Amino acid sequence: MQKSGPVKAVEVTANEEMKLPDARGHFGPYGGRFVAETLMGPLEELTRAYERYLKDPEFLAELDSELKHYVGRPSPLYHAKRWSERLGGAQIYLKREDLNHTGAHKINNTVGQALLAHRMGKTRIIAETGAGQHGVASATVAAKLGLECVVYMGSEDIKRQSVNVFRMKLLGARVVAVEAGSKTLKDALNEAMRDWVTNVDDTFYIIGTVAGPHPYPAMVRDFQVVIGRETRQQCLDMTGHLPDALVACVGGGSNAIGLFYPFIKDSNVRMYGVEAGGDGIETGRHAAPLNAGSPGVLHGNRTYLMEDKNGQIIDTHSISAGLDYPGVGPEHAWLKDTGRARYVAINDDEALAAFHNLTRTEGIMPALESSHALAYTEKLAPQMSRDEIIVVNLSGRGDKDIQTVAVREGISL
Amino acid sequence: MSRIKDCFDNLHKCGGKALVPFITAGDPDPEITLPLMQALVRGGADIIELGVPFSDPMADGPVIQRSSERALKHATSLNDVLRIVANFRKENQKTPVVLMGYLNPVEVMGYQEFAKRASEAGVDGVLLVDLPPEESDELQLALNRYDLNQVFLLSPTTSDERLALICSKASGFLYYVSLKGVTGSNRLNVDDVAKKISHIRSKTGLPIGVGFGIKDAATARAVAGFSDAVIVGSALVERIAQLGEHKDRLIEDVTVYLTELRTAIDAP
Repeated sequence: MQKSGPVKAVEVTANEEMKLPDARGHFGPYGGRFVAETLMGPLEELTRAYERYLKDPEFLAELDSELKHYVGRPSPLYHAKRWSERLGGAQIYLKREDLNHTGAHKINNTVGQALLAHRMGKTRIIAETGAGQHGVASATVAAKLGLECVVYMGSEDIKRQSVNVFRMKLLGARVVAVEAGSKTLKDALNEAMRDWVTNVDDTFYIIGTVAGPHPYPAMVRDFQVVIGRETRQQCLDMTGHLPDALVACVGGGSNAIGLFYPFIKDSNVRMYGVEAGGDGIETGRHAAPLNAGSPGVLHGNRTYLMEDKNGQIIDTHSISAGLDYPGVGPEHAWLKDTGRARYVAINDDEALAAFHNLTRTEGIMPALESSHALAYTEKLAPQMSRDEIIVVNLSGRGDKDIQTVAVREGISL
Repeated sequence: MSRIKDCFDNLHKCGGKALVPFITAGDPDPEITLPLMQALVRGGADIIELGVPFSDPMADGPVIQRSSERALKHATSLNDVLRIVANFRKENQKTPVVLMGYLNPVEVMGYQEFAKRASEAGVDGVLLVDLPPEESDELQLALNRYDLNQVFLLSPTTSDERLALICSKASGFLYYVSLKGVTGSNRLNVDDVAKKISHIRSKTGLPIGVGFGIKDAATARAVAGFSDAVIVGSALVERIAQLGEHKDRLIEDVTVYLTELRTAIDAP
């Protein structure tokens, strides 16, 4: 077996389809820039900066260095032998994004955007967060760069993720509870947009997922694509061939697009995005717009949404705060329509079972978000042969979720 | 014919300025919206901006967010809003009505269907806050087909390049957002806005309305000095929030408030 060489975070591999989005941020009919006029100028400014610095060798070298020495990249690709054996089918490899600094893939993007903010002369960053992972990752880079940081979080999520709230505060961020609407991630995003429109001169808005107005879906993808680039190289080095299937959970979809993107042209590599099925798709209480939603416009882009017949956004439900979002990144909408990726749903109970299974079998405690991808892998692996390979994106670690798990199972800590 | 154009032409002839109140349809309940619109006209409104409630009003401050929430408690839909406008038109053929809101309810109804039904209901113009001109071509085709105006926002961050683009697509009037922020957030700086309006005027012949941050008669009067229309939203919606339970007083109060603004704007 060959030792895996370092994979450049920002080097474009031949496999990557660089045609999308178009100049105005469209992935087919999806994406675009649907915001109030006040934000159009700032978004144009951001797009120019992002396009410039993603070609700037000095910026890229700094980003690579931060990803290596601060984030701890490359993250390992781990062969989960006991779990594979137990499932009795394909060999399962876990892309260990849970081992990144702050415990999830979110930091890849916040490091990139914060460096960009710094270059653009912005002194204040704002972020929205659901599970709190993106909020923590934003507060972390803000502390490191000496930037003021305000994180918007739904009051419902603040209750579910009190440990992450405290982490953000320890890092010096101000956490603002959002009481509007369903008091979850979508409302936090609305509130962050309102802050941005008010303080646009000195403020950089770090969106945590591949949604929002152009250039965010493309920019966040470009900062997360390091996941897939490393995976491709590591898988080749370890096994001599590419994976047969990729599995990742999809809320907004940043960890999934990061893994999928460098494989889009490898037509033999199947891709599975796993949405939050909540109480079950048939109950209507879920967060699976690609499985059971319809196209519409929210948060600056056109994509699949959970909406009613009058175009109002409906409340979502998931055991995992990070997947509890009524939209999805526009590139996933496009990959669904083109058939390049398949989107499935896993309900709360299945995700919880997978959480326990991986913890007990491999000694790795996954985030409840990532547990959705693991639960689908438990269905997929037995249908595949022992010489086939599945790579699952283990997008975050589960420490933040133990309270949720305990409450759900009637255990008091 | 365009009611909006006629309205501005008539005002122009006598040196008057338009008073444009905003209310959210269905706030606090769908039954009161028609009498409220009639009260606005009695109080001196030249054009009515009627808000279409949306679950995620990203560009609005707390006052208008809550008005949307109250309207949605009664499930006020775009269909309901069009029905209200149709009822208003039975008695009023003159006062233009501009629907203001977010794209998604229109997107879900379908652009052609929306334009056709809005026109049948007697709507005159449409302002979708999250639909910039870059994304509006398809809707614009549909609106043009039914002679509906499309109003666009201008803001302090709008570059000259964008100003040219927006002016080339807009019809009816332009809506200048007087400050960076959400609706109802602050008081505007009259001198800054006056300078901006004079710059915009050098680029277009369209009437220019000013909104955001106009909370009282004095500001309304000052803004009327250099714009073509004074748009009042949050300050009015806040009154509706406070008097929502007392419908008779609400109608009376709104009429009196509009009359105050009207008098201030018209004062020689």
